[in-house]
Amino acid sequence: MPRMTMIEAIRSAMDVSMERDDDVVVFGEDVGYFGGVFRGTQGLQQKYGKTRCFDAPINESGIVGAAIGMAAYGLKPCVEIQFADYMYPAYDQLTQEAARLRYRSNGDFTCGITVRMPTGGGIFGGQTHSQSPEALFTHVCGLQVVVPSNPYDAKGLLIASIENPDPVIFLEPKRLYNGPFDGHHDRPVTSWAGHPLGEVPAEHFVVPLGKAVVRRPGSAVTVLAYGTMVHVAEATAEETGIDAEVIDLRTLMPLDLDTIVTSVKKTGRCLVVHEATLTSGFGAELAALVQEHCFYQLEAPVIRVAGWDTPYPHAQEWDYFPGPARVGRALRDLMEA
Amino acid sequence: MTDGQRLSLHVPEPEVRPGGKPDFSNVPIPKAGSVRRPEVDVDPKEIRDLAYSIIRVLDREGEAVGPWAGSLTPEELMEGLKHMMLLRVFDSRMLMAQRQGKTSFYMQHLGEEAVSCAFRKALLPGDMNFPTYRQAGLLIAGGYPMVEMMNQIYSNDADPLKGRQLPIMYSSKEFGFFTISGNLATQYVQAVGWAMASAIKNDTKIAAAWIGDGSTAESDFHSALVFASTYRAPVVLNVVNNQWAISTFQGVARGGSGTFAARGLGYGLPSLRVDGNDYLAVHAVAKWAAERARRNIGPTLVEYVTYRVGAHSTSDDPSAYRPKEESEAWPLGDPVIRLKNHLIRIGAWSEERHKQMEAEIRDTVVAAQKEAERHGTLHSGGRPSMRDMFEGVYAEMPPHLKRQRQQAGV
Repeated sequence: MPRMTMIEAIRSAMDVSMERDDDVVVFGEDVGYFGGVFRGTQGLQQKYGKTRCFDAPINESGIVGAAIGMAAYGLKPCVEIQFADYMYPAYDQLTQEAARLRYRSNGDFTCGITVRMPTGGGIFGGQTHSQSPEALFTHVCGLQVVVPSNPYDAKGLLIASIENPDPVIFLEPKRLYNGPFDGHHDRPVTSWAGHPLGEVPAEHFVVPLGKAVVRRPGSAVTVLAYGTMVHVAEATAEETGIDAEVIDLRTLMPLDLDTIVTSVKKTGRCLVVHEATLTSGFGAELAALVQEHCFYQLEAPVIRVAGWDTPYPHAQEWDYFPGPARVGRALRDLMEA
Repeated sequence: MTDGQRLSLHVPEPEVRPGGKPDFSNVPIPKAGSVRRPEVDVDPKEIRDLAYSIIRVLDREGEAVGPWAGSLTPEELMEGLKHMMLLRVFDSRMLMAQRQGKTSFYMQHLGEEAVSCAFRKALLPGDMNFPTYRQAGLLIAGGYPMVEMMNQIYSNDADPLKGRQLPIMYSSKEFGFFTISGNLATQYVQAVGWAMASAIKNDTKIAAAWIGDGSTAESDFHSALVFASTYRAPVVLNVVNNQWAISTFQGVARGGSGTFAARGLGYGLPSLRVDGNDYLAVHAVAKWAAERARRNIGPTLVEYVTYRVGAHSTSDDPSAYRPKEESEAWPLGDPVIRLKNHLIRIGAWSEERHKQMEAEIRDTVVAAQKEAERHGTLHSGGRPSMRDMFEGVYAEMPPHLKRQRQQAGV
């Protein structure tokens, strides 16, 4: 089986989808001739022609708005917003248009678009290249929100997103594009090549949306994470020696509540980890759901570890988002509670 | 230059306010028939002046004159007159229904009937409009059942949109009418995307984008122009300049550009202005622009110069911001009367037959209204089910919505 980095897996997902279905088109800023600033679309224009993979004007609202029109026609656009931080001009099109076409037209018009955007920090991107806006989308009825944590899932989830008849926000943790992250910024970047989830089938396959996966089985505490933080959670469990069960949510909307509830009922404790800011973040939703569904099995309050409630800093980014030290402290507190 | 000169902000104001005397003498209106008709493949650079003129066909005597005349037969014009009259009566009945509490809201087309009714006749089956809330004439002239429109307005149990949309926000893929959004200008770039898709698939269908003068200030209007210009999308970009964006006069959105059509010049788009109260002129220009799109030459920007005679919506009171007599002073007249006079002038119509048709149309609309009201109105009779509320958010209902539907007891 070929080994791929996450960005290669994402490219492979689009390649496979475009090959199988002429209705799949790919466009966005710099994605055509150049192949994307992260090279996510490299080679697609040469292979499929410039009417199926092309450069767009620097106009995010235009990119998403045009994609909505294309989807209403019957195409399956997979567009790239160069950084999740740039999606704000397109927010109206995403949340009030794409999300609602099916509902407001009673199925007369649908919007099967996929909007890819690199998300999160860990690359010294500063405040405008590091944000994690997932909660801005999970709050919107009609959208689906996907955050992969490894190349295998990235490919399978992206193909599933492109084939999904409704709009999908596909958030790509850019810190994971080239290798997994163990949470320690001073260690050299390891390669996906040595990672089991770097083995990715070259052909078509899907990872269904709405299904979480247990990355690390355990019995003492459940850690809910997604994207980059899955790796931090796994590393923390190893380093602390706490028997933590790490769940990779993979899809935030729809959420696999069954997997979460089954785990928390077993462990009796729950820690939520994400790198987006804490207040009103998606972790609040997770904590509320766990409380609603597992209250009588909980032996301690649900704890959240998240990015601080500040804009994303440049020089202090390694202090900003949760690393094994902060997550480890929270895990120990939770076990003692 | 003087150092330290104190600056002051320019805030545009209309010529007159309530209590003043309406004055359109500063609106240059060229004589009917005086604006040339270029070939559809003309270099946009050669017709930049058309962005500052007004294409007109009907003169004061009701004659069709000049190079833009002759795009429709007398029979087609008769049909056009009927569509406009239907829309007008439909409007008045629905306005009254709103006042009677049968629906929450309505928006009428009074004075602007020619724009959407005539444009629709330049389209072919399969073409797609991305309308605003004031283009119901696209549906009426396209043969969409009036009862369905009323069911939508009443949000009753036969509402094709299951009570989910504000009244007048229709949707019909079959009739080339994209689902209306309450957010302004979003549809403009979606229309361009739809047209791009048609071109990507080497299809023959074209799109039409619609926007009002006020909404041209929205970013998405400019996004659409960039995309349309860049990819030469087969789309007609329509701007309906009815002078008023609720209470804000058109000068606020227009700024220093002179006209809304002139917005297209910077994008290299052929940009025309047309008398929006002249059914013949609207049709001729729509046909010209649609042909450009169909022949893969590219997009066209068309500004329809018209006047919103009625209120913006049933929640608006125009007497608070413009003189009451302003609509009567509007120099381009009433589109229904102008087309009627033309048909009488060419011997195809008479005042008596017109009165008779008015009565027939009223009967038709009243009958449709009775049929719709048998299903119910907003506050009485049949309503869409609560279960419908949970359907159709996604193609497949996710578990959390199933749980919520269960909690709601449906």
